[in-house]
Amino acid sequence: MYEIVGKKNLGEGINLYNISAPDVALKALPGQFIILRVNKNGERVPITIADSDKNDKTVTILVQTLGKTTHLLSELNVGDSLTDVVGPLGVPTEIERFGTVVCIGGGFGIAAIYPIAKALKSAGNNVISIIGARSKELLLMEDEMRSASSEVLIATNDGSYGTKGIVTDVLRELIYDKKMQIDRVIAIGPVIMMKAVSDLTREKSIKTTVSLNPIMIDGTGMCGACRVLVDKKTKFACVDGPDFDGHLVDFDNLMNRLKFYKEEEKASYECHMKQHHNG
Amino acid sequence: MDKTANTSRQNSLETKERLKIKKHEMKCQPPEERRRNFKEVPYGYSPEDAMEEAKRCIQCKRPYCIEGCPVNIDIPSFVKLIEEGDFLGAARKIKETNSLPAICGRVCPQEDQCEKVCTIGKRKDTPSVAIGNLERFVADYESKYGDIHIEVNKRKDKKIAVVGGGPAGLTVAGDLCKMGYSVSIFEALHEIGGVLMYGIPEFRLPKEILLRELKVLEDMGVEIFTNEVIGKTITVDELLNERGYSAVFIGTGAGTPKFLNIPGEELNGVYSANEFLTRVNLMRAYNKSEYDTPIKCGKTLVVFGAGNTAMDAVRTGLRLGYDDARIFYRRSRKEMTARLEEVHHAEEEGVKFEFLINPIRFIGDENHNVTAVECERMELGEPDESGRRRPIPIKGSEFITNIDAAVIAIGTNANPIVPSSTPGMNLNKWGHIIADENTGKTTKKGVFAGGDIVTGAATVILAMGAGKKAVVAIDKYLETGIW
Repeated sequence: MYEIVGKKNLGEGINLYNISAPDVALKALPGQFIILRVNKNGERVPITIADSDKNDKTVTILVQTLGKTTHLLSELNVGDSLTDVVGPLGVPTEIERFGTVVCIGGGFGIAAIYPIAKALKSAGNNVISIIGARSKELLLMEDEMRSASSEVLIATNDGSYGTKGIVTDVLRELIYDKKMQIDRVIAIGPVIMMKAVSDLTREKSIKTTVSLNPIMIDGTGMCGACRVLVDKKTKFACVDGPDFDGHLVDFDNLMNRLKFYKEEEKASYECHMKQHHNG
Repeated sequence: MDKTANTSRQNSLETKERLKIKKHEMKCQPPEERRRNFKEVPYGYSPEDAMEEAKRCIQCKRPYCIEGCPVNIDIPSFVKLIEEGDFLGAARKIKETNSLPAICGRVCPQEDQCEKVCTIGKRKDTPSVAIGNLERFVADYESKYGDIHIEVNKRKDKKIAVVGGGPAGLTVAGDLCKMGYSVSIFEALHEIGGVLMYGIPEFRLPKEILLRELKVLEDMGVEIFTNEVIGKTITVDELLNERGYSAVFIGTGAGTPKFLNIPGEELNGVYSANEFLTRVNLMRAYNKSEYDTPIKCGKTLVVFGAGNTAMDAVRTGLRLGYDDARIFYRRSRKEMTARLEEVHHAEEEGVKFEFLINPIRFIGDENHNVTAVECERMELGEPDESGRRRPIPIKGSEFITNIDAAVIAIGTNANPIVPSSTPGMNLNKWGHIIADENTGKTTKKGVFAGGDIVTGAATVILAMGAGKKAVVAIDKYLETGIW
């Protein structure tokens, strides 16, 4: 069992958890993920590791309540345990001294980009981070991102904080208006955002890494559910990724594959909430 | 093996009397019922059936069946004990060499092993003794009425790590534990059993039976760690150098699924057999009211491939509720690699087999869901490197079949996680671990390997056989320290 030793509500159904998982915490590197199960009848859910602490032997994850499993998770508190936590899975993000790196986190993707920005900064890069959310209240981990970056630029859809617009608008400004010399872009967020970022950087041939989040079961290369098309070839996000060259990823295919179980997920959530409220 | 025991036994029945007894088939759930439920297909023998079937064994002086068994079970002796009504004695006899008889009795291809070489089976009118059915019977009888205490030798001070809780790993763990070693199994998934858990369906190997056999191992003192992906969570080198293990056995299984590499394969509703079966078996998606992992159902399911995994997938499809579940195979019936029994059961249940058909592309709708597959017809040409006649496309034979889902069951490639994180352990050109056939020794000192990660996809019993050989070599290595 894997005990929850810390929990913080970050608003809008988003919770941060510190989970005791000694073997995972000792090994976790930026860009890797865990798979968890909330109970013994639960599904296996892949979640990016937002941080890890080798001393406390914990991993930090952020989870947004979207369906049955995440709702069950949201009801767990400090002292409760998860049935299963396995990891760290996937190939870690390439961390090198690239020069100037732009780290882009959209919405929930900020949790995933944070450990990467932190590691890139430690490796001696000039880290410019662009983080975005729908509005100021929904912007996650701003302080953490500031500590992990030389500069943080912010975009909100409603203009309540930073630039009014989306992260790509800020990136375009850096590339075209400020003519910044960028050596690498790393973008994590909604698929549509990673696609837009990759389209933009392709024009200037700026190497861009994205982190993909397809449907997964085992997370160890066995089932092939997480297959993605990269350079028209089938790759398994769990063992070949989750990081891939954004200029080669077929994002439309990923978006389509993510939709496959939407009906089942919705029905399961509704049924669960009904029982939950009656119970 | 004690041959004198066999030969010195008095045969109460004359051989010619034995040869007159008809083979006892196991009674099965009627096909029209079982095609819609996940309960086990055969009901198994009654004690009377088993004793009658056991009488058919003529207790040969040279028991070829023992040689035909990859783990060399003393078959004539256990069959004799059944004939005498000593079912627990028979179970004990099997367990001297095989710790998982309820599983082997169900999933071994006996017709290619012990039963293939059975002396009476070589005669024209007498089918082989139903050794597999008898093994299954005694294992089930023992679990109901017996309580076989497995002798564990005096504890030794050495620890062995077993990577992967499938058939090879379970065999190694059980046998080394019996010898007195401390054994830990490291399993990547949340439940051990490997292919027995995620791959083989409930109707062929009920999970309850698997869990029962696994509990025996735990009771013996085998330590089980689930959720440990060796190569990620801990490396093989760390097991040897930091965690105090004197030897490591790698039995991580078949690995990543192969795809057809044809257009449209990325459409929703096109599954690998591993995904389809894992959802249903490991994650219990068929039990929607209690388990959370989803699976879809529709009208028509086509499974590509003709091995045991393909049979498991297509029969699972029927049970999920597909009206029309078919096998499309690019070769002919003769080249199918599935066990005859599985093919027979599938046909009884209404699975349609279509041969000499090769898929060219999948076709989808605006929602990216698969709706059809285009195939071409094939004819058989000259034998290929596998010795089987090579299928060649017939020009202009393309046709389209409407489908709701497709399962690709054409085999697997080696999983990269352990190999790529274990320096000094050499791989062959397919990425499988190079290990000595007789000892399981890899090119890395202290590391042994066996099962599908060495041979590529094979059978449960062959993986167990490889495990048996490795056990002897591991014991020798730990006793002498000589690699």
